[in-house]
Amino acid sequence: MSAMNRKLIQTLVETISKQVEHFNKTEIECLIREFNVLVGESSIPGRAAHGLDRGRFRSILHNIFGMTDDMIMDGVCRMDGMSVLLRGTLDEKIKYCFHVFDLNGDNYISREEMFHLLKNSLIRQPTDEDPDEGIKDLVEITLKKMDHDHDGRLSFADFERAVKEENLLLEAFGNCLPDTTSIERFEQHVFREQPDQ
Amino acid sequence: MGVSLTRAAQWTPASSGTGKLESTPMNESLLKEILRFVEQFGSQHPQEAEHVFEEPLRWSTTLEASDFKTDYDISDADVQSHEKDSEGRPLLQLSPPTVYVRSFSQLSKLVHLADDKNLEEVRACLEENRDPVVKILGPSFAVILENEGANTDVLSLVGKVKEQGEDMEVKVKLFLLLQNMDNQLLSKCLKEISERVRLDPTAVKTEVELLKRFCSEGEKRLLKLVRYTSDYEFSNGCHAPPWRQARGEICYLVIEPCDTETLYITCSTAGVFLNGCIKQEGEEEESGYERTSDTYKDLVTLLKSRSPHFAENANKQDFAAQELPSTQKIQHVESVDAEEQGQPQRSYEQQEKNVHEKARQQHTPNKAGGEKKYEPCPRWKNLGLMSPSGKAEEKKPAKSSGEEKSGEIQKKKLGPGAKSKMKAEFSVSSLPGRPSSQKVKTPAGAAPVDAFSESSSESEEEEEQPERRPESNTDLPSEYWQIQKLVKYLKGGDQTATVLTLCAMMDFNLMQETCQLAIRDVGGLEVLINLLDTDEVKCKIGSLKILRKISHNVQIRRAIVDMGGLQSIVKILDSPVKDLKALAAETVANVARFRRARRTVRQYGGIKKLVKLLHCVPNLASLTANQAKDVEVARCGALALWSCSKSTKNKGAIRKAGGVPLLGRLLKSPHENMLIPVVGTLQECASEESYRIAIQNEGMIKDLVKNLSSDNDELQMHCASAIFKCAQDKQTRDLVREYKGLQPLVSLLSKANNKQLLAAATGAIWKCSISMENVAKFQEYKALETLVRLLTNQPEEVLVNVVGALGEFAQIPANKATIRKCGGIKSLVDLLTGTNQALLVNVTKAVGACATDKDNMAIIDQLDGVRLVWSLLKNPSADVQSSAAWALCPCIQNAKDAGEMVRSLVGGLELIVNLLKSTNNEVLASICAAIAKIAKDKENLAVLTDHGVVPLLAKLTNTTDDRLRRHLAEAIGHCCIWGSNRASFGDAGAVAPLVRYLKSKDKAVHQSTAMALYQLSKDPNNCITMHGKGVVKPLIHIMGSDDETLQEAAAGCVRNIRLLALANRKAQLFY
Repeated sequence: MSAMNRKLIQTLVETISKQVEHFNKTEIECLIREFNVLVGESSIPGRAAHGLDRGRFRSILHNIFGMTDDMIMDGVCRMDGMSVLLRGTLDEKIKYCFHVFDLNGDNYISREEMFHLLKNSLIRQPTDEDPDEGIKDLVEITLKKMDHDHDGRLSFADFERAVKEENLLLEAFGNCLPDTTSIERFEQHVFREQPDQ
Repeated sequence: MGVSLTRAAQWTPASSGTGKLESTPMNESLLKEILRFVEQFGSQHPQEAEHVFEEPLRWSTTLEASDFKTDYDISDADVQSHEKDSEGRPLLQLSPPTVYVRSFSQLSKLVHLADDKNLEEVRACLEENRDPVVKILGPSFAVILENEGANTDVLSLVGKVKEQGEDMEVKVKLFLLLQNMDNQLLSKCLKEISERVRLDPTAVKTEVELLKRFCSEGEKRLLKLVRYTSDYEFSNGCHAPPWRQARGEICYLVIEPCDTETLYITCSTAGVFLNGCIKQEGEEEESGYERTSDTYKDLVTLLKSRSPHFAENANKQDFAAQELPSTQKIQHVESVDAEEQGQPQRSYEQQEKNVHEKARQQHTPNKAGGEKKYEPCPRWKNLGLMSPSGKAEEKKPAKSSGEEKSGEIQKKKLGPGAKSKMKAEFSVSSLPGRPSSQKVKTPAGAAPVDAFSESSSESEEEEEQPERRPESNTDLPSEYWQIQKLVKYLKGGDQTATVLTLCAMMDFNLMQETCQLAIRDVGGLEVLINLLDTDEVKCKIGSLKILRKISHNVQIRRAIVDMGGLQSIVKILDSPVKDLKALAAETVANVARFRRARRTVRQYGGIKKLVKLLHCVPNLASLTANQAKDVEVARCGALALWSCSKSTKNKGAIRKAGGVPLLGRLLKSPHENMLIPVVGTLQECASEESYRIAIQNEGMIKDLVKNLSSDNDELQMHCASAIFKCAQDKQTRDLVREYKGLQPLVSLLSKANNKQLLAAATGAIWKCSISMENVAKFQEYKALETLVRLLTNQPEEVLVNVVGALGEFAQIPANKATIRKCGGIKSLVDLLTGTNQALLVNVTKAVGACATDKDNMAIIDQLDGVRLVWSLLKNPSADVQSSAAWALCPCIQNAKDAGEMVRSLVGGLELIVNLLKSTNNEVLASICAAIAKIAKDKENLAVLTDHGVVPLLAKLTNTTDDRLRRHLAEAIGHCCIWGSNRASFGDAGAVAPLVRYLKSKDKAVHQSTAMALYQLSKDPNNCITMHGKGVVKPLIHIMGSDDETLQEAAAGCVRNIRLLALANRKAQLFY
């Protein structure tokens, strides 16, 4: 790796460490290195952040975090996204998850969004007359549980309160955070192999 | 073949319509009978066999020409027999596929030829010749018979046919043979028919429940699936639609065995059979209901015949035991862990009991109402049946549930019109069952809480019980349907939907029994348990959050264990996720409330895992989030260990896993919610000596004492209880004093409302007061006065301890007076009339201790206390007997006119002498001591002698028990004084063994033996025996003792021997 490259990384580390609190500098450096490895050495230094194309990034998220397509959002490609994923506090995670579930970005999770998120979560039984009925019912059940202000949609406040009451609801509409074992494995993989290049 | 046979065969339904004989077991056996009859006919009745049938029996056969051998003319496919009838027609003619047979001999040959197809031949023959008798004997004969009916007198018949010629005679004989055969067949059929079981919905339901349990047991899995085609249950317990119920059908099942294709089964009152594939209620066609198999008496039998895998394993798993889960049986099975202690978690059980009590109160008046009013009222019925079913804590004798069942059956027969009447009867019939169950419970429940006797108060232990459910679900609450819906989503959802559904389920009141049972009844429990075996942490957490709540229900616990869920939970105990560990441990704590569950935990290595959970840093002032979680995990672990520690083997396992030091560390925690389970476990385990030593060595007494001053009653109770058990050991008692634990114990006595706490505190005081230094301390705190006040109006477990403590306190003379002044003597004497053996032992001991004071004795005498103590000698318990006898000694010694008093007790002396036949050394020793006291009165000694006390005492002399030796020698010594008793003892061979007593190491034995020998030596023959046994040398040794009486006795004995020797010498010299 060239000296210039190294310097670039250094500055990147400096800027990132100001924005992200959960990692120390070495860890940030490790993450950047890993990122570069994933993007491929060939990419132009300094433009590394853009060198990862969508498909590739998606496959990484698939491989590392076992995420589904629905859950891959732009947010995660930033370092603070990584921070939430790996070290996030509950509050951060709630915020993150809410944004993931808020598909149209209007700061509410509506019935329709829930339906969309949950539509594949029930096995269709051939005997059911209306295959969507179960999901609709599930949405209603969820709303009943989480919609505290009874306006028929989930605001961030609703979501936050419900999750604080029952942590299991954090990923209520789909898996969007890595589980502990994946985190451990990832951190081990990235942080422990201190690159001596 | 006979007229009645035709009828018998037609009894089976389908044959009447189609003209085919069904392949039912009954028809099968009928055919076999007939076949045997035909086979043997030719050889047994040769003459009748030759008789040519009036008309040939013809049927289409499977036999071919090639099957026939000699005696037959075979041309192409046709066959004719050589034998011909009078008109030249062959007796057997085959023109395929039809065969004509004209005689029994040919029939019999034919079935021989048919070989293994013979049964089919007979069947075809019978099917196509519906009236064989008419064909055999001719229509005219059949008419005669019909006219005469079945009751025809044989003789008159014979007479009648004789008139009609020679030929008829053979016919009659043939006829009689056939009729005989008929009768045999009929009686056989009847027997079989009477054996047919009539099923009822309850029986079917129980069986289905049983089978369902076999669906999810991992390796032991026998069946893949058992389900009703319709979950809807009619109020009579049937699942079948009403128009089918009219035909006696109860329900339709779909069962998937592991090794064969899916079975579609109809359960009807006549038995169970395979149907034409009814998959789902409503979609089947009429033909689906058709029977396609034999009828079996129950599902298990059907499955055994269809699925070899099931048959093989079902036998292994011992259906019998499970089919009728009676308390008795299971107890037997569970006897491995028989030693259990049921003290802690009283509060919880108490609570449950209270609930039950309430329920009882609620429905008892209802019952009375039910008797007066004959109005049907489904609500009431539900209340009456449902509430006890839930409170499984209550033990119902099998009898009453049997009655219930019969009630149900009866109801079904009576139909709706008679329902209300039956209900009234039912309420009456179940009534005697209930109080008796209470009766059974009470004495056991109040079982002696005596220290370490591992008194397993069985009734407090949850026992396995027959599951009883509400008989109808007409009144199901709305929660039931909602839960059913949720379970449906659980079954069919991916992990996201599962988590959402689980969260929704948590919003129900899971502590409520309706919800708990609803989850089980709609199959939710299986799903929850299955989730535990997945890799989804969130699903597992959600599932456990529900399980830990619903496992407060006894039936759910059992179901969890039955489904193998406990294994899965135990597996989770070493998960890396802390939340999971904590939840799993908490669930284990709930589930492991009965033996089988505790054993399961142990067998799957759960104890080790639980002990591992205890690792944490409990006493840091500020904990990080992570450490706090560790502490929570440890707390849950301790809770689980507490539940598990009720089995003796688990106690050992906890110790081996290194749990004791960890518990000791947690004991220093400042949090009550941590301390309660830890102390609970410790006090539970303290019944084992190894634990008592460990508790002392690990310095836990200090912490226990410290927590005595906590302000949590439960914690105080467990601490006191732990001290109670540990204070058996002297060092512990001293430690309690050192750590200033005595004062808090005394102050606990003021909490008179909390009986369990009071029992534990008084127990600790009792055990601590065994050390006299402690008694002195207690006096400072005025413990004695408080204790005496507690002698009245307390439950027995408190009384036992209070009286025990009084017994110890009364060892100090000053305290005897205090007890008297506080009016304790009367209370004590009143308690002598009780029945609790542990209490009686302590009371007699205390009375005995008090009786050593003359003033006290006067009061006891006045209250007729001696008679009461004396009558306790009749108590069956050896402990009570000996304790009473010991108490008698000071009474007799200190009573004013003891001799007269003893004589006034009619039969008392005889009773005492008879107790010398006891096999218990303690009883014998105490009785000997009492005899020694009684024998001080000459008249009484005379009576004792009359009752044969001398040979009985002499018989005991060979004992090696020093305690018995001492009192026995004393008794012998005192009994020598009367008449020729000295010589009698010599004759009975009591002297030589007594000499051996002098070799004992016990000084007290020496003393009483020397006294006895002195008395005995007044008889010259005894002197000779003694001398011969070398008594002089040890006696001279004893003369050197410090004790004057001992010196005197020994010297006196030697003197007597010497005198005899001198006299002897003189006699030799001078005569």
